[in-house]
Amino acid sequence: MTTEFFDLFREDRWPHMFCPGCGIGTVMNCFHRAFAEVGMDQDRTVFVSGIGCSSRIIGYIRADSIHTAHGRALAVATGIKLANPDLNVIVFSGDGDIGAIGGNHFINAARRNVDMSVFCINNFIYGMTGGQVSTTTPYRSYSTTTPYGNREYPFDLSELAVAAGANFVARWTVRNVRELTASMLKAMTKKGFSFVEIASPCPTSFGRRNRMADPRQMFEWLKIVSVQREKSKAWGLDQLDLNLGGQITIGEFVERNRAPFGIIA
Amino acid sequence: MQGNEACVEAAIYAGIRFFAGYPITPSTEIAEGLATRMPQEGGMFIQMEDEIASIFAVIGASWTGNKAMTATSGPGFSLMQEGIGYAAMTETPLVIVDVMRGGPSTGLPTMPGQGDIMQAKYGSHGDYPTIALAASSVQDMFDLTIRAFNLTESYRVPVILLSDAAIGHMRSMFQVPPKVEVIDRMVRTDKVWHDGFAYDESLVPKFPVFGTGSRVHVTGLSHDIAGYPSTEFEVHEELVHRLHDKVQKHRREIIAIDVHRPGSKKMIVTYGSPVLAASEVLRKHPEVGLVDLKTIWPFPEDALMAAMQGAREVLVVEMNLGQVFHEMQCLERASGIEIRSLSKVGGMVVTPEEIEHALKEIR
Repeated sequence: MTTEFFDLFREDRWPHMFCPGCGIGTVMNCFHRAFAEVGMDQDRTVFVSGIGCSSRIIGYIRADSIHTAHGRALAVATGIKLANPDLNVIVFSGDGDIGAIGGNHFINAARRNVDMSVFCINNFIYGMTGGQVSTTTPYRSYSTTTPYGNREYPFDLSELAVAAGANFVARWTVRNVRELTASMLKAMTKKGFSFVEIASPCPTSFGRRNRMADPRQMFEWLKIVSVQREKSKAWGLDQLDLNLGGQITIGEFVERNRAPFGIIA
Repeated sequence: MQGNEACVEAAIYAGIRFFAGYPITPSTEIAEGLATRMPQEGGMFIQMEDEIASIFAVIGASWTGNKAMTATSGPGFSLMQEGIGYAAMTETPLVIVDVMRGGPSTGLPTMPGQGDIMQAKYGSHGDYPTIALAASSVQDMFDLTIRAFNLTESYRVPVILLSDAAIGHMRSMFQVPPKVEVIDRMVRTDKVWHDGFAYDESLVPKFPVFGTGSRVHVTGLSHDIAGYPSTEFEVHEELVHRLHDKVQKHRREIIAIDVHRPGSKKMIVTYGSPVLAASEVLRKHPEVGLVDLKTIWPFPEDALMAAMQGAREVLVVEMNLGQVFHEMQCLERASGIEIRSLSKVGGMVVTPEEIEHALKEIR
């Protein structure tokens, strides 16, 4: 069982590399709880990631794990699951992997509905390379490559996953630890492509350039901009809305039961 | 049977369990053939969204302990370079069939070329090894596909089978040998939490299969024998040297070239579809010898030097601007034998007359 923290994580790899105030530690904690509760066999579970801060999580997990090239996690995960359908496949990824360099793999993996759980930590920025604009950076925000403010509109990754055909899609911020843990558990239980997006603070690379250098300010920002789905301004428009209307809609957005790829319905 | 179809059947003989690919002329028949054959054999076929996804799906499948392959042509081979470098760094066994067409870029989709020779070794960044074989007949498409699987399973190096539009689409009879030798990778079944990439004097680590309790960590970052990322100078130096040395150490088993009439005064060195024209020339001219480079990388310098012993002049025939010729020039310096190039681009196959004409200029 994986009840103890270091049953799941590699103690010999501690301390981890994440910056003070980073949201990834919270995600790892929530995942630990969800994984212990779902009761998956650690020896029959493969962890897959791409490149970036969030992708480093799998290097700390005491299980078969493959840290692939930038954006390619979902292609590798697809190969693993189809070649051995008995294995559980869990992907940790970020907004760079999922929304930019691996965007095509993302929508096609969701469309194909291969049975896997994808946890995408969206920190709105390229953290590992020092704070460049991402496909989810809010409009007008500052980064090292948008020194005059971002003039591109952000992707709504959850909306993309819903439209592309994922069986389960949810989004929470790292403030919503209970809901996030519950959605992670549901994602791992659900057959087919499950996608959980986690809005997460990066005070080092995003906060510092957007008047939120203190981690508490980033948490406060996430609290102010996140809106429960039922109360969302975009609710009536049938949109999920990540920051287009200045808000992050949170909640579980879709739950359906299309047969996963490789299993004949 | 077509060359591409022979490749499909050979892959089944070799024990393929997973194929991922993307349609591209002139390799598409390999994907089409395996789309039909894989389910019949209990294997998995998938058409991915592009060639990058294809090679990475093959990488994922290989880590479950299954034999995996993809097939493509020049433009797709360019896209796969990222995955080839990753496979070399992580020592992932896999086979890539590149049915070459005229390049660069989209080039001549339906016509043969041999412009991917250097790309098969130097296409991805950094210093890494590959093994590349070249098929010059439908029989080769069968034999060398099996050989490609055996080599990648033995040495955990990505193996590239180079073919071209003429060989891939050529129809001919071929023989299935009475006994097909099939090699499977050496796997580890013990728990390998701390030395997943440990190696012995063969320099090839035993393969920890995902899902068998290995709990191995795989990364394209520079890594130690545990598989953990490291920026230590010694770790990176040891890794890059070992990846290179493991191919060099096994050169003898990897390199296989066909030599006809060794010791002839005039030798033709070629590979792929130009071998057909060169064989015609040999029929008419008993004084001419031929080397068919069925192994291109690692470059068979030693075997070539032996084959060219006694030759006065050597003609390198290829459908590019002299990529193997470039390698041969190093041998010219070492051997003192004059080495000349017959290079042809344009998508038309090399003819026997062209080779004869070039040989006439040789005294």
